[in-house]
Amino acid sequence: MMANKCDTRARLLQGNESCAEAALLAGVRFFAGYPITPSSEIAEILSERLPQLGGKFIQMEDEIASMAAVVGASLAGMKAMTATSGPGFSLKQENLGFASFTEVPCVIVNVQRTGPSTGLPTSPGQGDLMQARWGTHGDHPVVALYASSVSEAFDLTVKAVNIAERLRVPVILLMDEVVAHMRERVIVPCEDEIEIAWRPRPTVPPEDYLPYAAGPDGVPAMADFGTGYRWHLTGLYHDVTGFPTSAPAKVDQLVRRLCGKITGHKRDITFTWDEHMDDARVAVVACGIVARSARRAVRLAREKGIAAGLFQPKTIWPFPDEQVAEIAACVDRIIVPEMNMGQLVGEVERAARGKCEVIGYSRVDGEPITPEEILAQLEEV
Amino acid sequence: MAGSIDQYLRTQFMPHIWCPGCGHGIILNALLRAIARLDLPKDQVCVVSGIGCASRAPGYLDFNTLHTTHGRAIAFATGIKLANPDLHVIVVTGDGDGAAIGGNHLIHAARRNMGVTTIMFNNSIYGMTNGQYSPLTPSGRLATTAPYGNVERNFDMCELVKASGANYVARATVAHARQLSTYIERAITTPGFAFVEAVGNCPTYFGRRNKLGGPVEMVETLKKNSITAAAAAKLDPAEVQGKIIIGEFYRGDAPGYIELYDGVIERAKEAAGK
Repeated sequence: MMANKCDTRARLLQGNESCAEAALLAGVRFFAGYPITPSSEIAEILSERLPQLGGKFIQMEDEIASMAAVVGASLAGMKAMTATSGPGFSLKQENLGFASFTEVPCVIVNVQRTGPSTGLPTSPGQGDLMQARWGTHGDHPVVALYASSVSEAFDLTVKAVNIAERLRVPVILLMDEVVAHMRERVIVPCEDEIEIAWRPRPTVPPEDYLPYAAGPDGVPAMADFGTGYRWHLTGLYHDVTGFPTSAPAKVDQLVRRLCGKITGHKRDITFTWDEHMDDARVAVVACGIVARSARRAVRLAREKGIAAGLFQPKTIWPFPDEQVAEIAACVDRIIVPEMNMGQLVGEVERAARGKCEVIGYSRVDGEPITPEEILAQLEEV
Repeated sequence: MAGSIDQYLRTQFMPHIWCPGCGHGIILNALLRAIARLDLPKDQVCVVSGIGCASRAPGYLDFNTLHTTHGRAIAFATGIKLANPDLHVIVVTGDGDGAAIGGNHLIHAARRNMGVTTIMFNNSIYGMTNGQYSPLTPSGRLATTAPYGNVERNFDMCELVKASGANYVARATVAHARQLSTYIERAITTPGFAFVEAVGNCPTYFGRRNKLGGPVEMVETLKKNSITAAAAAKLDPAEVQGKIIIGEFYRGDAPGYIELYDGVIERAKEAAGK
């Protein structure tokens, strides 16, 4: 249990536990969810911890309702989160799109398992990368972070909450089943050691409040329901007043602002990790648990005299195109191992713009990719 | 009454989108009159809806208003109520929105006795999509998707919600506007989950296809065809067949979820302090 006063310390945490504790530290006070493995521990832990802090936990009747309740709670002023896995992530998509379109901050944790459908409950898989970006219909802004360790799960959960609040956007935190169920050392910070963000608040009186009028940063100020600012939210196209419009110019303006809000802040929300990239001739681009195997593979390759390096996007969406383009300009080849049929590799190819060879490596049998498998790929170069 | 209901309307958006003769205006009027009698501060009222004709109501109301996804209004409302229990959270839904796609959320909110008031605008049809049959379209009626007559049986929503555990359940029609408003007022003041079914008329898509006459005739038919719960209880079930039973079906005082969760917070804090 986290102490009230500041005492940064090392703790042995499970990935899901790390995520739950980080959410509390970041100020999450509402969780609605539905039982699903391998994310259930997040709900279980928060059902115990949230009421201790005066927060609210509710197990809803389904995944759709839990996503809806999260949006409702956020709208009424609580930082809100849900957690799920593949089938549940599919069900949450419509209301996730609503949150994105109406700009209600929230965090959705997706502890991935092998899909499609019920798939392999609950073996690891990385098949939800594209769903995290395009799971709901229509052009919409979204941010997705991807943790490769229990420690990263902590750090990225805090970042996810902060980004959701600052940019008023749903943030998806992806984890792999193995990371969620693994136990590792985490240095848990105390509250005053981390940055905690809140949604921008209106600075004008209620009569002057335009709920969707954004400043240069593209993020409008958000008034919580019940604070005297009576405003309207709708999943219909709306203008700065929040009320429906179908005027082409206003429709165009809204969708462009929503998407621009993310690209405009891309630098602030892009987190990556690299190793041995300075003189690398071959790069491994990997995320989640595969990045862990890749790290070991790169070290083994270096011992064998292969100039290998690792690039790990922790921010998957928006995709770090610029960094990948830079790498592509410096290396002969990029290898993209992933536990799906090739979702990340497509993005890498797009960002590399033909400047180097890009080779995908897929494993889709429910088993994690081993360092030896990646090493074998590196040795083929 | 504390004042005119005009104070609750965003009149700048009039005329509204509802068809001439639609009963939804009467139901909305009954809701606003109830709010006026209760003199609820506008900042403390939150109206949540899903998708459909009825669900367009919040856009015209000067409260905290939320027009959500199809069928999910009660689930959104649950989050709002939990995060800010001081708000009077009112869900406006239709028979398609609330009884079909949103049926699961309705029964579970009733089971939890969640502090949300739900008004179901029942016009017996999917109006916004031009007249498909809903779970409340009476058997035998025609619809765009029931060209040979509806073979499905319709729900008795009040029985369903009562059995699910709500603290307040009532039904009236647009031909009983005062009664309807009284029921809505009682629903709002009842802690826990409260449900009012407001039977209305859709002359455009339900009435015309089924040759039920114009708006006035349809309202007259609703009036003639209604029977109070007390009167119905004295009749043979066969005689009540096809009638609209109106009245209050249940008034209970079971503790609501919000109150019960306050107890959870207390126990959790105590456990954490140990």
